[in-house]
Parts: sequence; C-alpha cells; structure tokens
Amino acid sequence: MLEAAELECARGGRVLFRALSFALRGGELLRLAGPNGSGKTSLLRILCGLLAPAGGEVRWQGTPIRRLREDYAKQLVYIGHAPAVKDDLTAAENLAITCRLAGLAVSSRTVQHALDRFGLPHDRVPARRLSQGQRRRAALARLALSEPLPLWLLDEPFAALDASAIGLVEALIDAYVARGGSVVFTSHQEPKRGTAQVIDLSGAPA
Amino acid sequence: MLGAARCIVHRDLLLALRRRSDVATALLFFVIVTSLFPLGVGTEPDLLRSIAPGVIWVAALLSCMLSLGRLFAADHADGTLEQLLLSAAPLGVIAAAKAFAHWLVAGLPLVLIAPLIALQYDLPAPLYPVLALSLLLGTPVLSLIGAIGAALTLGLRGGGVLLSLLVLPLYVPVLIMGAGSVDMAAAGLAPDGQLLLLAALLIVAAAFAPWAIAAALRISAE
Repeated sequence: MLEAAELECARGGRVLFRALSFALRGGELLRLAGPNGSGKTSLLRILCGLLAPAGGEVRWQGTPIRRLREDYAKQLVYIGHAPAVKDDLTAAENLAITCRLAGLAVSSRTVQHALDRFGLPHDRVPARRLSQGQRRRAALARLALSEPLPLWLLDEPFAALDASAIGLVEALIDAYVARGGSVVFTSHQEPKRGTAQVIDLSGAPA
Repeated sequence: MLGAARCIVHRDLLLALRRRSDVATALLFFVIVTSLFPLGVGTEPDLLRSIAPGVIWVAALLSCMLSLGRLFAADHADGTLEQLLLSAAPLGVIAAAKAFAHWLVAGLPLVLIAPLIALQYDLPAPLYPVLALSLLLGTPVLSLIGAIGAALTLGLRGGGVLLSLLVLPLYVPVLIMGAGSVDMAAAGLAPDGQLLLLAALLIVAAAFAPWAIAAALRISAE
C-alpha cells in the first residue's frame, strides 16, 4: 500500500539518507530507529507529504502521493513533534476540530469517549492549563477515533507519556495493526513486543 | 469540503472570541489613528472633509496589516498548520476559509465603525453608504492579498516588517479605488465605476489568492 522508492533526503546541505526503499502493507508495523538528527522526523514528513524528498518518491497504492495530495492526506493520521493542540480551546474542542478537518465524522459522544480513555478532563479547561503530558495525551486521543483510516504516521508517540498512557497507545496500535492498519512510528526505545520491521537510519551516509 | 471550510471559520472565530484583546487592539488602532488626524491638521471643516476618505482608507490598510502577522504564525508554532496541510479538503479551500475568518474578525468591524469615524470628519451623510460599501468590497481583498504575504513570510526572522514591505505596495490599487470612490461621490459624481472596479478586484482576488496562499504555505511548511 505505502511504497517508498529510492528516497533521498538532504537537510542543511547534509545528506541524511539516500536510496532508501521499502514497502508497507496493511497490518504491518514499521519502526524508524536512529540517533538524534539521523532523519527520522524528516522521513516521516516525507512519507506524509509535508516535505518533498530530494530524490525518489513515495507511492500510495501505486500512485505518487505528490499527485494524490488531499486524496492521500485523508487516508492518514500524522502526529508530529508539536502536539497540534490549540491553547485557547478545550481538549474536546481540539479533538473534534482535528477529526473534522481530517474528514472523520465525530459526535460529541465519541469525542467524550476518546477523552475518557485517555483520562482527560471534560470540563471547560483550556488546553493552556494542561500539563505537557496531558497535552500529548490530548493529541494522541485522536488515535482512538482514527481507526477507519488505513495509515498512521506517528513521530515519537511515547515521548512525555507516563506508563499507563504508553500502555494505552501500544494497545491502540496493536489492535489497529491486528485489524489491518499500517503504522510507521519513530521511537528511541526498543518496544516490548517485537515489531515486524525496523529501518535503522544510523548507518546512512554522512 | 464545505464542512472543512465551515470548521476552520468556526475554529478561528472561537479563537478570536477567546482572545478578544487581539481583535480589540486592531480596531482601537483604527479608531485612534483616524482620531489623531483632526487633532494634528486642525479643525478646518473643508480640509477634514477632503482628507477623510484617504485617511480612513489608509488607517484601514494599516489596521488590517496589524493582525496579518498572526494569521498563520500561531498555527505554525503549535503544529496545527501541519494538520491543516494534511486535512481532507483541498488546501485552497482551507486557505480561503482562513482569509474569510480573518476578514470577519479584522475587516468587518472596520466597515461597521467607519461611518462613526466619518462623523468626526464632518463627512456629508450621503457619503456614508459609499464609504461603507467601498470598505465592504475592499477589506476582503486586503485579507486575501495579505494572507499570501503572511504565508510567504511564515517562520522568517523579522517577518513582520518584511510582510508590510511585501503587502502594502500590493494594497495600492485597493486604496486608490476605495478612497477614489468616496472622493467621486463627494464631488457629486457617480462612484459606480470605482466601486465596480473594487468588486472586480475582489472577484479576481477570491478566485486566485487562495491557490497562491496554498502554494506559499506548502513552501513555508517544508
């Protein structure tokens, strides 16, 4: 479904990786590993179409994503470094708006249910008052509503989370992969369960 | 597609409602700048009447500029811009919705308050509708053109000054037609020609600016 062909990425005049090819089918989990600055986030941004690769292309079901644009974007969830949570809106408003923009139909009941699972407050507390970890939870609560989409791209999903939230995200990912979804994520930690594929960017050309 | 546009407009209005001070500063700026002129140039009624359209229009341009810097910068800083770029609707539609929300918050209040400002310039009453109509047609163009500049200067150091240098020259045609229409009416001529030209500018900007904003956002987000 997702196919990367001969990808090359250069940032600030330095080649991070070149000739990187892989394919990801439904129900597969791919972890991007490597030290800081090795290009994990850049690769993820290339895969979701925010960043144009210096060479090669990404294909979704055989079509280059450059040509698909929003038809590709509506198939995926991307959760990046920044939590994409508006400080002046409540967690529920943030979640409902993000999902609506992604083309998911949500009701206030499903939003409340997702917030409950992630242990976030329902009241009218603006996200400004939430802690760093709660903000991260508010961003990841999207995953509980994103099961209909076939591709998840997650940048450091476990950063700034406590053990219970890590367990929750892992359970969501496991259930999603078991139902045939594809996940690409970056993480420094070795996950507890063995993942299907690992791409290690540390051996990339300097 | 329209759902996404409605969602963006709703979100931006909600954010403006939560940060009322940002909206108030731009509006107060407009009121204060236009009030300074009668104090500075004296109270000669003929002079005030003749400079009123130009002063009000220039103040509207500057007030509109004030809030442009924030148009995409806040979304860029907290990561929501990436989510907008990856939304299910075409980026041009999202960009048009952002510009429309900016106009509702920064442009429409100017249109509504302008007749009140005109009062202190002793502008004849028949000119009020012409002034309001010219602003109604012109301020959306300011938001649309300004959004292109805001998207291009996103994430640059000193982007605010660069934005003014980039956008203000592009505002010149709107200023000429807008202030010109009121001047025509003041001279007893029909302002239709200028107003129709403003309307034409609005249609052209509404048709092309969203795609230019979208292209600029894609470049800035990389």
